[in-house]
This record gives sequence, structure tokens and C-alpha cells, in this order.
Amino acid sequence: MGLLSDPNRRRALISLLTRLNAPICVVCYMAGVAWFMGLAFEPFTLRTYMSENAMGSTMVEERFPAGERALATGREFAAHKKKAGGMPVDWLVRTMQARGLEVFTQSFSRTLPFPDENKERYMVRGTNVYGILRAPRAPRTEALVLSAPCSPGDSNNQAVGLLLGLAHYFRNQIYWAKDIIFLVNEHDLIGMQAWLEGYHHTNTTGMDWSPLQGRGGSIQAALSLELSSDVVTSLDVVLEGLNGQLPNLDLTNLFYAFCQKIGVLCTIQGKLQRNDWDSVSGYSHSVQTMMLMVMKQASGRPWGDHGLFLRYHIEAATIKGINSFRQYKTDTTTIGRLLEGMYRKLNNLLERLHQSYFFYLMPSLSHFVSIGYYMPAFGLLAVILLLRALDLWVQLSTPPPRTEDGVDDIEQSSPGVLSVLTPLVISHLTGVALYMLPIRFQEMAVEHFPVSETEAVVLTAIAVYTAGLALPHNTHRLVSGEGTEQGWKVLKLVAVLYLAVLLGCTALINFSLGFILAITLVPVAAFITPHVPKLLSAFILVVLSPAFTLLFSVFLYQELLEMPISFQEGWVLYLSVISQGILDHFLYGSLVYPLVALLVYPCWLLFWNILFWK
Amino acid sequence: MAAYRCYYPAVLLILCSFSVFVVADTEDATLINGQDVTALNSPQTASKTAAQTAEQPAVEERQWEATASAAAADDQDRTPDTPAPGAEVQPVVPPVLPEPKDSFQEELVFRPLHSGDIYASFQFRTLWETDFMRGNKVSHYRLFPKSLGQVISKFSVRELHISFTQGYWRTMQWGQPFLPSPPGAELWVWFQDSVTDVDGTWKELTNVLSGIFCASLNFIDSTNTVEPSASFKPLGIGNETDPRFLRYATLPREIVCTENLTPWKKLLPCGSKAGLAVLLKSEKLFHSSFHSQTVHIRPVCQDWQCKTTSWELRQTLNVVFDLHTSGQSKREWSLFKMFSRTLTEACPLASSSKIYIDITDNPQGEQFELTPATTLLSQAVVLGDRRTFSVYDLTQQATFGNTRSLNLLIRWKSSEGDMLRPLLHAERYVAGYGLQTGEIHTLMYNNHPYRSFPVLLLDSVPWYLRLYIHTLTVTSKGKDNNPSFIHYQPSKDRVRPHLLEMLVQLPPNSVTEVTVQFERALLKWTEYTPDPNHGFYVGSSVISSLVPSIVAMDTNSTRERPLFSSFFPCKEESSYFVRVYTEPLLVNLPTPDFSMPYNVICLTCTVVAVGYGSLYNLLTRSFQIEEPSPGLAKRIANVIRKMRGVPPL
Repeated sequence: MGLLSDPNRRRALISLLTRLNAPICVVCYMAGVAWFMGLAFEPFTLRTYMSENAMGSTMVEERFPAGERALATGREFAAHKKKAGGMPVDWLVRTMQARGLEVFTQSFSRTLPFPDENKERYMVRGTNVYGILRAPRAPRTEALVLSAPCSPGDSNNQAVGLLLGLAHYFRNQIYWAKDIIFLVNEHDLIGMQAWLEGYHHTNTTGMDWSPLQGRGGSIQAALSLELSSDVVTSLDVVLEGLNGQLPNLDLTNLFYAFCQKIGVLCTIQGKLQRNDWDSVSGYSHSVQTMMLMVMKQASGRPWGDHGLFLRYHIEAATIKGINSFRQYKTDTTTIGRLLEGMYRKLNNLLERLHQSYFFYLMPSLSHFVSIGYYMPAFGLLAVILLLRALDLWVQLSTPPPRTEDGVDDIEQSSPGVLSVLTPLVISHLTGVALYMLPIRFQEMAVEHFPVSETEAVVLTAIAVYTAGLALPHNTHRLVSGEGTEQGWKVLKLVAVLYLAVLLGCTALINFSLGFILAITLVPVAAFITPHVPKLLSAFILVVLSPAFTLLFSVFLYQELLEMPISFQEGWVLYLSVISQGILDHFLYGSLVYPLVALLVYPCWLLFWNILFWK
Repeated sequence: MAAYRCYYPAVLLILCSFSVFVVADTEDATLINGQDVTALNSPQTASKTAAQTAEQPAVEERQWEATASAAAADDQDRTPDTPAPGAEVQPVVPPVLPEPKDSFQEELVFRPLHSGDIYASFQFRTLWETDFMRGNKVSHYRLFPKSLGQVISKFSVRELHISFTQGYWRTMQWGQPFLPSPPGAELWVWFQDSVTDVDGTWKELTNVLSGIFCASLNFIDSTNTVEPSASFKPLGIGNETDPRFLRYATLPREIVCTENLTPWKKLLPCGSKAGLAVLLKSEKLFHSSFHSQTVHIRPVCQDWQCKTTSWELRQTLNVVFDLHTSGQSKREWSLFKMFSRTLTEACPLASSSKIYIDITDNPQGEQFELTPATTLLSQAVVLGDRRTFSVYDLTQQATFGNTRSLNLLIRWKSSEGDMLRPLLHAERYVAGYGLQTGEIHTLMYNNHPYRSFPVLLLDSVPWYLRLYIHTLTVTSKGKDNNPSFIHYQPSKDRVRPHLLEMLVQLPPNSVTEVTVQFERALLKWTEYTPDPNHGFYVGSSVISSLVPSIVAMDTNSTRERPLFSSFFPCKEESSYFVRVYTEPLLVNLPTPDFSMPYNVICLTCTVVAVGYGSLYNLLTRSFQIEEPSPGLAKRIANVIRKMRGVPPL
């Protein structure tokens, strides 16, 4: 800072930064990407460790014996489900009561803003059944949740069977200090949302639900169980929740510790852990794992039923049983023992899980990257924006060499304000249109075009998005006449700073989303001026726009899953991803759609505007 | 009449026994006298009298037993006022024996619950006709525990109620308890109106009680003490109801365990050596779903006309055993299974010692089977319901049978019961998410089909939840339900809690919801508990009400009752007093990360010193380029030019 208070040195520094601005930016960009890719390299990451003392050493003994019986219950459940054509509410209530639980039901209904074609639902009506195991001599202040969704078809029956089996076994134990809530939710996330809103008596998404009758105090942790086969080869843990929230790392550690203890194969993102970190394939494996996590987190949608708990500050994860073609199989008794161990450990908790990290990326289950390690990667990208802003600021503040009188100054700056404000307002209005119109105009679109509601919504969104490209630079020319050299610089300064703040805030909440947006938007922001070749730049600008970022992400995600798809399939998937994103916003309050529509897209339009500055 | 019939044979028996055994123990005589008193006082059914008369030989046998044991125990001489052995040898004993002014009763009530669980309630009652408040110090204690007596006289206590509870009473499954209590510790005390510094006395009293009961009652201070104006009326005699002399406090976090049970047992005249208290073994009592122990002290009338008052010390212990966790496949309960003990004798100091088993739902024995069977039945109106009990009198030797030990066995025949619908129950929870605001919801259920009744709701909320009292709403059946009386005392930070008392009319068959929003305060860093992420407790709400009785409810029931008796619901049974406690709340407050003070200090210092200082400097000052300083020769030349009066170079 002493450097800056000396005007000579300040001048030297600034001239250095402005002279070498472009190379520094390029270096920063490369360094940022390199740093990010380096995060997956095992020697650079930390081993996971249990921070919570109450769950430290493995002191509990797992004795759950009744895996076969749980499977039988699961089959019985399947039969009743088939007979009832949905959730067998009466049977569940009776079964849970027979196991000595306090049983309650909650009915809910929700009309989606437009039909969900992936899951084929529009007007959803369902019932959640939950039984509370009251801990002996506990005052109903704390609870744990074990949930299993009642899925349509033949899936997930084993999970419900195991849930009931565990309920029966847990009920006979004396050591519980927290109430345990066994929840079977219908219509997966919608049911879970209804239950959580009912439990906390909030209504954030306008759903209709009947109030809950029984509660167990503040929920400390939750696990959601997905199990569709009698035996599994491995267990997969899903962490990514709503808006990229993650549960406390200790919950993952707990799962990993018990998998190690009991000897169950465990995966994250469906990827096993490899020991050959020093080989290229080992490294690319962990890059894949980490990139999958980044992709899922950036999408902002809950990737399992646990995802909605995180909003209520309840640490939660989904445990999925995976049955592949491996030889080594794990039976239900072992999974039951694993869950028993986890619940006993969670039962021992004195405080909420708070010791370990809430912000992390996982290149494998045993290694993690904490916020302190991954933030520099984003910082290096964000600094480019600040450097460009500095450069523009210096250019603007140095007076043009020929005129030095005040009149000229006023002449130059007064159209500046208007020329900045107009595109800002117009592009934001376009953003608002992108946010509002798809839902509002779906009926009209269905009337006039031969499309379904879902298609109507998605196509309207794409239409508004495309129309936005034509709008701002045309209208602002009408309002403010010819743009000046000074004008686009002011506009770009504002846009660059706006983008820096926007990405910075996004990265703090959801690093992955912030980083992916930064990777694509920062180069655009850095190089765009009215003087670059129009056609090529316009092409690059469009290719790096948020909509195309999403398209690339779809392909990249499929590539990472090792399920590459053709362009045709990719396009269909892309359309459904857009509709899912809009639905996620209206159903669960995911913020990615409004963020992109209301802030990122208008910001990008500003740069589009600069390109066509006349 | 019945009582007299019972009395005469008893006196005869006494005379007979004393004439045969010249050496008699006062302890035994006391016992017999006490029994007579109970026989006189308690109205007994004809069947019971018949049973007693039939059991005369058995009673005689007991006499033999008791005398023998008393003679054996003579050396120990535990009771202080046992007369010298010489005094006992008297030819004519009965009329001369002075009637002691204190008495002790013990009883144990079992209520088999629908869920297969069993509820056991011990009641111990010590009555003493004395006056602690008069100038002369009471120093001669017999049955009444001295530690409590001294507390009463030193702190001028009029009434004292303590309860220690581990667990929450599940009204929906278990019905109403005989004596409700909130989870944790609860203490409420009425002081005599002669006390001038009530707060000071209260502070001292809580510290003394904390020592007596090995509990954290010393954590009761002004921040969790309230003076409820209506919810806690004196339970003993006396008309003084000025809330200035009442203090009420709860410690919802208090954990009750063996260290609280031991001092509680020591207050009993027989300790845990004899009588029902033998069953109080901590390893079994704390292997249960619910455990609650209480001490109540109050002045009561000694006789019908209330000419003299005496002090009643009532100790109760309630426990619910869980069918599932006991690890048994059969649905059956026995004394041994519950307490790992059987009964062999009554407390020798007790004037009455009985076991009651609630068999109301089981008149023909279709629900459960009771062994050994008893023919003694007793009826009582408990909580507005007429209940029938099987009675086992432990003072009678026949109860113990041939094995000389009583091991009651309850074997269930049917399985599973549904949830109950108690007329009044309540629940409470915190709504909302995030660490800034929240909302407390209290739900009160009136399940009476056609009658509404008023309830008094008492809420005491710690100051760190800042209640927005303007958001208080009371709704039932979707409509506003204006409370007819509201007493609200706002909190003062770090001094006193919020107190909210309301009188609300609950419409029939409805749920009344009371909501109030609050803001979570940021505490000072030393005010956090050692485990701040656990959350902070808010004590239970108390709902006190007169609930229309079930007996009065069945209006069309003409069975077994003459028509003329059933038109107007009889007054005594038309409503009964119920106190319901809601669950305590666990609320998370915004908590700093205490594990990183070093990082925080470093970061703040850096930010302040480097960032703020120099940035401020840069922003507020204007910088100019300094003229390069002139050389030495030029300076000298300038000095000379100045002396010459010529402008410098």
C-alpha cells in the first residue's frame, strides 16, 4: 500500500498494468484453469478426517440381524403398492403401528406450473406416511430422519422394506437419545418438500399440505435411502442439494468410515476410488469425479431427496444402492448394519454437525478440496475482470490529448450516463421477460402452435432469449443516438464490474456455478470492444453465452458419465434440462433459473451491446 | 357403619395380642393405630369389609410376624422417639399410648396402558401436625425429613413443589398422568406473606434445594423465574393468592439420574430398606420410557372441620416401562420384570401400604390377566373418570401368600390399542428456518364433542428470543379467538424472561393455535453455553384447565343407574383440573465459530491494520509530486541571497 501512496510508483505500476494488461489476463486465465485442474491431483488435496469428537472412534457395535425379513417386508410393500396403484397408506400405517411407532400421515397436493414430461405429472396429489420412534426419556427436542421415497413401478421397494426393518429393530433398543422419524414420501421431491414445509410450518413454494400432527423437535440429520435390488455391489452417496448446498463433510466421513469398517464398496458420483493417483488414468478418473460434482452442484437442483433438507440447516445425504455386474455382493443385512451404525453415531451427537467443512469438492471419497484451496482458481479468473476494469478506468480518466477545456468534458460525459443507463435498463427488462413470459404465455403458445405445454415453455424461453439479441442495441440507438468512444468504455466498465460482483457473489454461494460461468463469460468480458471483427466476435460471443454454456454442460456431463450421446439426443436432453430448471425453481425454490434470467443474461447482453456499438 | 364393624374386631385383636405378648414395641402399636385411623377415615365398600372380616386369621398371623420382627429390630432403634424399653412393659397398654402427630402412607398404582406399556406411580405421604412458623424451633423430627422441615421454617415456605422429570409424557398414548410434570426440573414455591425479600429468599432457597437434591437448581436466577398471576394457585389451604409471593421456574435442560434419586429416597421414613421403596432400583427405573420424581409440601386440614392444620409431604415417583425395549417377546409384566425385586413387607412405619391396579378397562379380564388374584376392589374418580382398582394391602400378611413375597403379574391377552384421544392435549414447535427469526406455535386440542372450556396458557420464554408480541395470534377453527385475559410481562435483556399468560376459550372439537414470532438475539460471547451448537432450551408451556369430566359426558347412559340420579350431571364430577405441559423447544441461535478465535483475530487485525488503514489513507489524501530538493551549493547561495535581499534562485 505504501507503493500506491507514492504517485511516481503508482504511475509506474499503473502503466505496467495497462501496458501488460492483455498478457497478464491471459496468464491469469490459464493459471485459474490450471489451478482448478490441479485440485483433482491427489497430492494437492487433503485426506478426509472426522472432525466431530462425538463421532470419532468407532465405538458402536452393529447388530442388525433382519435383512431377509426386511426384504420380505419390501416384497409385501410392493404387492400392496401394486394393489393400491400408488402409496399403500393404510398398509404402511398398520405396519408402522405394529412396529411400535407413533404413525401420522400428511396429504398434499400441488399443481405444477406446466406438465413435467420427464416424470409425467401435472396435478400431483399424494400422502406421506411417517412414524416416530420416541426415544425413551427424551423430551422430544431432537430428531433424526430416515426416509425412503415410494417410487412408481418396481423401484425402491427394498428401501422401504429396509426402512421398516430398521424401524422394528431400532424400536427395541434402549439407547436412543433422539427421536427417529421414519418417513415414506410419495412423489419423491414434491412429497419431501410438502413434508418439510409442514414440519417447519413454512410455505415457500405455494404448495397445499395438511398440517402435521406429530413432531420430534429440531431435526439434526437425515438420510434418504434408495435401494432397488436385494443385493448391491456398492453404495453411492449423493451430496449435492438445492442451490448447490452441501451437507457437512462429517456426514460423508461418517458414511465412508462405516463403509470401511463393514467392508462395503462405496462410491461418490458412481465412481470407485482408485489408488493409482500418479498415473494419467488415475488422475483423469479423479478429474472426472470432481467435474461431475461441479456439474451437479452448478445445476442447483437437489440430486436426491436429501437435497431439500439442507435449506433447513439439516445435514442430509442420499444413500443409493447400486447393483452392477461385479462378483462381490453385499446383502441387505450388511446395509442395515451400516445404517444402524450411522444412526447410532448420529444419535451420540451432542451438537449439530458443525465442526467440519460445508464448502468442499470431492475428487474421491477419501479426499476433499476445501474452500481455501478452490477459491484461488476462481479468484484468478475474477482478477481478470478487475484488471480490465482498471485498464478502462485509466483510459477514461486520462484526458484525451487534444482538448483540455471543461466544455468538452461535459459533452463527453453527459451522453455517457444515458448511454449506460439505457442498455442496462433494456437488457434487464429483457431478462425479466425471459423470467416471466415462458410461464405466462404457455397457454397462448399451445393454442397457436402445435406443441405441448412443456415444449411451449421451453421454446418461448429460447425465443425470448434469441429476441433479446436483437433488442438492446437497436432500441438504445433510437433513444440516445450515436454512441461515442467514451460511451462504450463507460458501459464496458460498468458491465465488467457488474459481472465481477455477480460472479463473486455466485461463487461464494455456489462455487461450481460461479466458476463455470466465469470460465465462459470472463474471456468475453475481457476482449469485447466495438472494434473487433464483428462476425467472428458475434459468433464467439453467442457460443460463450449462458444458453450455450448450458448446452455444453449437458454434453460434458454425459461425457463424464461415460454415456456419450448424439447431437439429436443432446438437443432433446437440453430442452428437457431447461424445462426441469424452470420447474425446479417453481417447485423447490432453486435459484439458478432466476439468477441466469434476471442477472447473468442481462449482463451478457451488455457485452453484446458493446460489440454492436456504433 | 362398615368402618365400625371393621374397627371392633381390630381392637379386640389388639387387646388379645397385647395380653398375650407383654413385650410390645411402640413401633408396632403405632402401626396398628394408624391402621385403625385409616379404617375409620376411608369409606369402604361392603365387599371389602367382608373380605377383611374373612381374612381375620391372616391378620392375626401378621401380628405375630410383626411382633417378632419388631423384637428383633429392637436393638437398632432407628426412630428417635421410641420410648425406653422399661416403659414398654406395662400391663394395660392400648389407651395409654400417645397418638403420634405424624403418619406415613405409601401406595403404588399401576395402570396398564393400551400400547402394552405400563405406568407405575409411587405415592408416599407423610402428614405431620406441627407448626414450623411459630417462634419455637421445631427440632424433634420423627417421620418428616429434617432437611425439608428446616427449609420450610428457615425460608418461611408455605408451599413447595419440585419435580424432576426425564422424558416427555405422551398424552396421546398414555392418557393423562396422575401428576403432570414438564421435562427437566420444575420448582414453584409460595412463600408466607411475612417474607419481605421474596427474591432474596428464593435465591437462597434454590441454592439450598440444589444441595438437598443434587440438582442444578442453583441455575435458577432472575432470567428464568417468573411470577405467574393465575396459573399456579396454592394447592393447600389458605386464601392468599398474591402472585408476589409465588415464584415459578423450570430448567428444561436438567438431566435426571441416580444422583437425584438417592437423596429423594433418603427423605422416605423407611429409606429404600423396606416397603414399596425397595422397588426403587435405579438401574431399572432408568431403563424406562419416562421417569419423574416429585416432592410436594403443603399445609392441609387435619380433620373435617379444619380446626388444626398439618403439613403434608407428598413424594411421588412416576415411571413408564416400555414393552418393546424390555426385550421380551411375551406381553406380560411382573414386579420382578419391572423392578428386578419382589415385595416382602410393607414399610413398618407406614399406616397404610397398598398396591392399586387399574382394571377399569378390564372388568371381565378379557384384556389382561392378573395374578395373584385379589378380591379387594376400590373405586375412585380419577381425572374425571370413574376408575376401578384391584387393591393389594401389604399390611396384611395374606397378600404375600405362601412364598412370603408378592410378585404381581399382568399378562396381556389382546394386542395393540389405538391412539387415545385425550380431551385436552397440546403440542408446541418452532416454525420457520434460518437463524434470524422464527415463530412459536402452540396447538391446544379440545377433543370434547360438544363442550367448550377455558384454559390458562402460561408461556415463559427466555429473553434471547425476542418475542414480537404484536404478532400474537390466537385462532381456532380458522377464526380469531380473542383471549379474555392476557397478562404479558416483556423481558429485559439478561434480567428477566418474557411471561405470557392467557385465558383462552377452546371451542368444542377444535384445535386452537397460538402463534407468536420472535427474533433470535446475538449473545455476548461469554454468554454461550459450552455447546452452543446444540441449541438453547425454551421451557414447556403450561396449560391449566378445568376439563369437563368423562363421567358427566355420557348423558344418555342410564345403565346401572337409577333414573332420578342421572338427569343433572353431578357437580363433583362435572369437571376436573388438568395441567398439561407441552414439549420444551430447542432453538438454535446465531453462533460464531468458536473453534477459530486465532484465525478471527488474525484476520480482523490484518484487515484493520493493513487494509483499512492504508486504503483510508489513499482515499482521503491528495498526493502531489514533491520538488526535488536543491543541492547544497544552491542552498548556501540562496541563504546568501536572502541576506542580501535578492530573490532566491
